[in-house]
Amino acid sequence: MPTPPPVLEAQKVTKRFGGVTAVDGMSFAVAPQEILGLIGPNGAGKTTMFDLLAGAVAPSSGSIRLNGVEVAGAPPHSRLARGLGRTFQIPRPFPDLTLMDNMLLARQHQTGERFWANFTTPRRIAAEERAARDKARGLLDLVLLARLAEEPARVLSGGQRKLLELARVLMADPGIILLDEPAAGVNATLLEVIIDRIRDINARGVTFLLIEHNIDMVTRLCHRVLVMAAGAALCEGTPDEVARDPRVIEAYLGGAA
Amino acid sequence: MIDLLGYAAFFLSTALIFGLIALGLNLQWGLTGLFNVGIAGFVAIGAYTSALLTTPAVADRIGGFGLPIAVGWLGAMVLAGAAAALTGFATLRLKADYLAITTFGVAVVAQLVALNAVGLTGGPFGVAFIPRPFGALADHPVLFNFSNFAVVLAVTAVTYLALQHLTKSPWGRVLRALREDERAAVSLGKSARSYRIQAFAAGGAVMGLAGAVQAHLIGFIAPDDYVPTLTFQVWAMLMVGGSGSNRGALAGAVVVWAVWVGAGALTAALVPTEFQARAAALQIVAIGVMLCVILLARPQGFFGPTRRKAKPGGGDA
Repeated sequence: MPTPPPVLEAQKVTKRFGGVTAVDGMSFAVAPQEILGLIGPNGAGKTTMFDLLAGAVAPSSGSIRLNGVEVAGAPPHSRLARGLGRTFQIPRPFPDLTLMDNMLLARQHQTGERFWANFTTPRRIAAEERAARDKARGLLDLVLLARLAEEPARVLSGGQRKLLELARVLMADPGIILLDEPAAGVNATLLEVIIDRIRDINARGVTFLLIEHNIDMVTRLCHRVLVMAAGAALCEGTPDEVARDPRVIEAYLGGAA
Repeated sequence: MIDLLGYAAFFLSTALIFGLIALGLNLQWGLTGLFNVGIAGFVAIGAYTSALLTTPAVADRIGGFGLPIAVGWLGAMVLAGAAAALTGFATLRLKADYLAITTFGVAVVAQLVALNAVGLTGGPFGVAFIPRPFGALADHPVLFNFSNFAVVLAVTAVTYLALQHLTKSPWGRVLRALREDERAAVSLGKSARSYRIQAFAAGGAVMGLAGAVQAHLIGFIAPDDYVPTLTFQVWAMLMVGGSGSNRGALAGAVVVWAVWVGAGALTAALVPTEFQARAAALQIVAIGVMLCVILLARPQGFFGPTRRKAKPGGGDA
């Protein structure tokens, strides 16, 4: 059986900020429906790699393909419509908007987001809004936030914000989600909820790429792990293989690489 | 008594035209967070556009097409909106400080063009004989003032309703999201630049419409009508009424205009004739003092959104 084409593929991606090479010739692929972990010591370039994949920063060189289409030069706001969603290391809900409005914003191709359409096709927009609200309620329910739907997002705790971001990006039905440290600063109870939901969503066919320092979470969730150090790929393998690799231990504990 | 009513109608007409400008600013600043200190420029573009489209032909001047008033108003919106879109486009990402500087420049340019392009704008003498709706009633001042007021009221009401509709629409939701967190909004597929330009252009179009309505109310415009004081007044109106609220923009306009006119009348009555010219500055002082009082007592203005307290139970983890 031929291996299916990757959902997301980076080839020789390099990013330089002035004299600093934050990401240095990274090449890897994310297979459909896998959960790939991206780990490495602080300053290894993981978040820059994420920003490159999400389009928030443009690569100095190299190619990034999403479902086989080159996206390295495409504007960042075009990613989600092409099936790639992301969350942030420090969650970024819209604090003064309600949870419901936060959710509704993530819908792609909304008729009502076009200026004139609000005057020409109000009925169609109302129907779309109703459908989107139903979907949003279901997803908020999934992440245990349904009762806060009409509250402004600023009332949420750190862990709840992570859950809202996850639910929000799901509104767009992405094929792949990049999660930046979903476990950071989350209490143990909510962490279990997050792990559980990621598994759940993955079982429905969504691919994940996640940065995480919580090794327990990585071991439990990820099918495969990619280790970065000093801007380059150090090694990859199953969580067990990686954990035993002396280079990985060296990179984490050797410190001043 | 009848005269007083006539004056009230005239006062409210002027105040509501300011309210229209403030509605445009509320779309740009209150909803989207775009800083515009060139309001007078966009109002001027609207006023002159409509004036040139609707006045009868004049020797030695381009324009004077004698078109219907409605065409003039539409043209004013289109041109002021286009000027705003161009300004937004040119400042690329419309970041607060750059946009502020650019808009200020646009206003200065618009005023200087009005002052110097004699062949187009009449220069310092301005444009006269701008057709007035219900001009036939000019012999009955009270009736005339009331019919003008009705026109201004109708335009304001339609604009207000349209803006309310947009504010609550998915389009308005994107603007609020961009104001709160641009990076997050972009990650959700919203083009920050496109929406900013749309909001800025729509706000500019409303300001242009206000300029046109004002021009046709008075029947005469000159470059001196579009100085930075106008920009200051409108900002004061939005701050007092409550940034973010369309109702606030209108209420703030009426209140601030009342203080402005009141301060003017008071200085005229109390200050000796030889100091009158200098005493005019007291009007600006009055607005300034009022702004201070509002900012201290009710920083969000009359109708600004009040922050609801966080519910217990959703607290920090």
